[in-house]
Amino acid sequence: MSYVLNTPADQRAMLQAIGVSSLADLFQAIPAKFRLERPLNVPEALCELDLQQHTEQLAGRNLSADRAVCFLGGGSYDHFIPAVVDAVASRSEYYTAYTPYQAEASQGSLQAFFEYQTLICQLTGLDVANASLYEGGSAVAESVLMAMSIHPKRTKVLIAESVHPEYRRTLATYAANLPIQVATLPTPKGFLDPDDLRKAIDDQTLCVIVQHPNFFGCLEEADALGKVCKQRGALYVVSFDPISLGILKRPGQYGADIAVAEGQCLGNPMVYGGPYLGIMACREEFVRKIPGRLVGQTTDRHGKRCWVLTLQTREQHIRREKATSNICTNQGLFALRAAVYLTALGPQGLRETANLCLQKAHYLADELKKVPGVALAFQRPYFKEFTVTVPGDAAAVIERMLQARIHAGLPARRWYPALANGITIAVTEQRTRRELDAYVAALRGG
Amino acid sequence: MTNNQSTELLFELSHAGRRCQRLPASDVPAALDLLPADAVADAPPPLPEVGEIDLIRHFVNLSKRNMSIDTNFYPLGSCTMKYNPKRHERLASLPGMANLHPLTPDAACQGMLHVLWEMQNILTEIAGLDAVSLQPAAGAQGELTALLVAAAHFGDQGQERTRVLIPDSAHGTNPASAAIAGFDTVSIKSNERGLVDVADLKAKLDDRTAVFMITNPNTLGLFDGQIAEITGLLHDRGALVYLDGANMNAIVGMTRPGDFGIDMMHYNVHKTFTGPHGAGGPGSGPIAVRSFLAGYLPAPMVVKHGDRYKLDHDRPKSIGRVRSFFGNVGILLRGWCYIRTLGPAGLREMTENAVLNANYLLSRVKAAYEVPHGDRCMHEFVASARNLKRQRGTSAMDVAKRLLDFGYHAPTVYFPLVVPEAIMIEPTETESKATLDAFADTLLKIREEDAAFLHDAPYTTPISRPDEIKAAKEPILRWKP
Repeated sequence: MSYVLNTPADQRAMLQAIGVSSLADLFQAIPAKFRLERPLNVPEALCELDLQQHTEQLAGRNLSADRAVCFLGGGSYDHFIPAVVDAVASRSEYYTAYTPYQAEASQGSLQAFFEYQTLICQLTGLDVANASLYEGGSAVAESVLMAMSIHPKRTKVLIAESVHPEYRRTLATYAANLPIQVATLPTPKGFLDPDDLRKAIDDQTLCVIVQHPNFFGCLEEADALGKVCKQRGALYVVSFDPISLGILKRPGQYGADIAVAEGQCLGNPMVYGGPYLGIMACREEFVRKIPGRLVGQTTDRHGKRCWVLTLQTREQHIRREKATSNICTNQGLFALRAAVYLTALGPQGLRETANLCLQKAHYLADELKKVPGVALAFQRPYFKEFTVTVPGDAAAVIERMLQARIHAGLPARRWYPALANGITIAVTEQRTRRELDAYVAALRGG
Repeated sequence: MTNNQSTELLFELSHAGRRCQRLPASDVPAALDLLPADAVADAPPPLPEVGEIDLIRHFVNLSKRNMSIDTNFYPLGSCTMKYNPKRHERLASLPGMANLHPLTPDAACQGMLHVLWEMQNILTEIAGLDAVSLQPAAGAQGELTALLVAAAHFGDQGQERTRVLIPDSAHGTNPASAAIAGFDTVSIKSNERGLVDVADLKAKLDDRTAVFMITNPNTLGLFDGQIAEITGLLHDRGALVYLDGANMNAIVGMTRPGDFGIDMMHYNVHKTFTGPHGAGGPGSGPIAVRSFLAGYLPAPMVVKHGDRYKLDHDRPKSIGRVRSFFGNVGILLRGWCYIRTLGPAGLREMTENAVLNANYLLSRVKAAYEVPHGDRCMHEFVASARNLKRQRGTSAMDVAKRLLDFGYHAPTVYFPLVVPEAIMIEPTETESKATLDAFADTLLKIREEDAAFLHDAPYTTPISRPDEIKAAKEPILRWKP
């Protein structure tokens, strides 16, 4: 079936009004030799009941986080989503609206995005946040495009190897044909040593990108790295974990010029990788260089406070090839979800969530260290994620743990060959002590 | 019945000590000093503190200040604002889908991989091309991905091609994507019929040309019948032709881009296959390419061995990736639900009726509004308020704003740039003749209204004519205490 409302009688009346005799006449502009004269070779239609059952059956073949205890992280986390988030986001006034170009018909979304921008500023300690980018990886790439327009004469980008490997790969792809060189700074000790940065950075360095906490879960020397950047005039770009800011210092407090993040953790389902939420915030002086939509406050013709999309001369629909970015569609609905999430938690709730992650991660790590042959891969402080080395093949351990319905973690070797037996484990506030103990028992069991 | 209760900014509603969420007490032994003191913040971020009923009233009352597809006809040209079926929301939220971590081992997500593999195949078939990447997050990212694929292809061939040619009627994302992909852009004129000016294309086409990006049907809602000549010209020069697939709703099942000479294209799944637009996103922008470009597509892709699916990361010629994880799977799931609901016959019916509705509305509107580019269109058409402005002083913006008073979302205005005072109307197939008639009647009525009156419209919306110059001149982009 389709969702078409026109009956055959409607169609006849409409065709007559148009002045043609058949639907086919409406497609005369398509040269005859290019018209498809057969049905598309796609599966036959299913009614709602059949589609529901079919999709449920397929969903049943996925070992999702409700069916196996999830210790997988790497930018996507099994955090708790309060019911208010779904309640608000399922209002079709929000989710079936379009980009709020017509301010009079979009004050609901515009105000919500203005609130989102403010919440991200409060979260990061920075001055300006845009109304969202796609996700964490392309947000890193966008930060480099932005840095290029701030420092047009500089050509070198430094990125720590401890940044999410897929974010680094995304940056490499975006940068392939741009007049910059991207150099990766090794992090064999699980973090970027500020001395190593000092040696690598020079006055051609456009920006330095670190992730804090990083892909291994370790904290970086966020303050010290910022100072090195400042000395050489390079922009300091930090990819952060929003939940960690319930406890950790905020990017604005340790000198970040641009802060980006994967916002999935702020009330968004994991849904196999997307849609997620690209967060970006920066210092005030870069406001005209930031990519993506911005909502600004103004007044209407009666003097009433209201909100509009603003500074659009940065954007592709006005500036075309000279735009700060090619982004058009963003992640508005997920920015809304993040705004509801952050408001539902409030400062205390965010701190409690972060603290639960911290405590439980450390409990699990401490218990795992008691298992013969298991050790922390790095002697570094960590937040909710950490990397251990296990005896034997990590992939085999992960596979065995899955038999016990535990997603044990990420095999570090996939991205870091030197960490041959490493597993990166994420622990959210949802994990119970019983689950943590079961993890340890399952690991011992082999 | 609108209500202003709790619609102040969240920060103005904040009341110290209120909260909606309490987390459980920790069930593991408490440990102290787990983090170095200099890494820890003295206080949590200064987020607002509100109770749950405040939060819900706030967002529910604000939601009533939006127009949306579920509440209003939304004839927004270029955006394909068709109905978003409710079954999609439920199916994409099934725990087995929604709670699935992106790095789940392949063996533990066979159901998801089945859907994505099927979607790859379906989009390959609809495109008439050979391979699909589902990775790009939106149409613009699809454009960038395809242009990077083209650059990698020419790089492998040892050909230095530095230019991308783009019609002046194109979406702004086309030139912006080309710039990031490292190309110089060259604008190609539209002719008096609103189609590609082939003479201008010939004059600007040379061995430096890598790609011609065409939107077909174009942003005027016209199918460019010169397409065979255009693709022939490009191919003779060894260049590639890219299709901006924003307007696929006009041609799905009627013709296939691959069949009319396109080498690469993107889909906007959220438009053609109806992902809810979410007040700006998310979207999903898969790309389809010919076989000789398939090796360059981003990794991973879903492959099938026997009856097992797996993610293939081993793609040595791939450009890499343009984002983390697989793609905007939640939107792909909704698009898949739509295609599975419609089937081959339904998809054709969708396209036929999208074009029927647009042509019918055009036939009703053209009596009162100039339509510079002919009396036939595909899925959308562009009227102009140029004469109206000259004769009565009423601009396209005035018409757009006044429509809001009648409960219609405004069409896209002032785009495409090649039409002065443009009013771009796309009704989609999910609207009825009665809705189109009522909308057309309203447009005719507005035409007769007093220009000064229209200049202050709308009158019934929560606000009217915001001062955009002030917003840009002294930007206030966040609340401050």
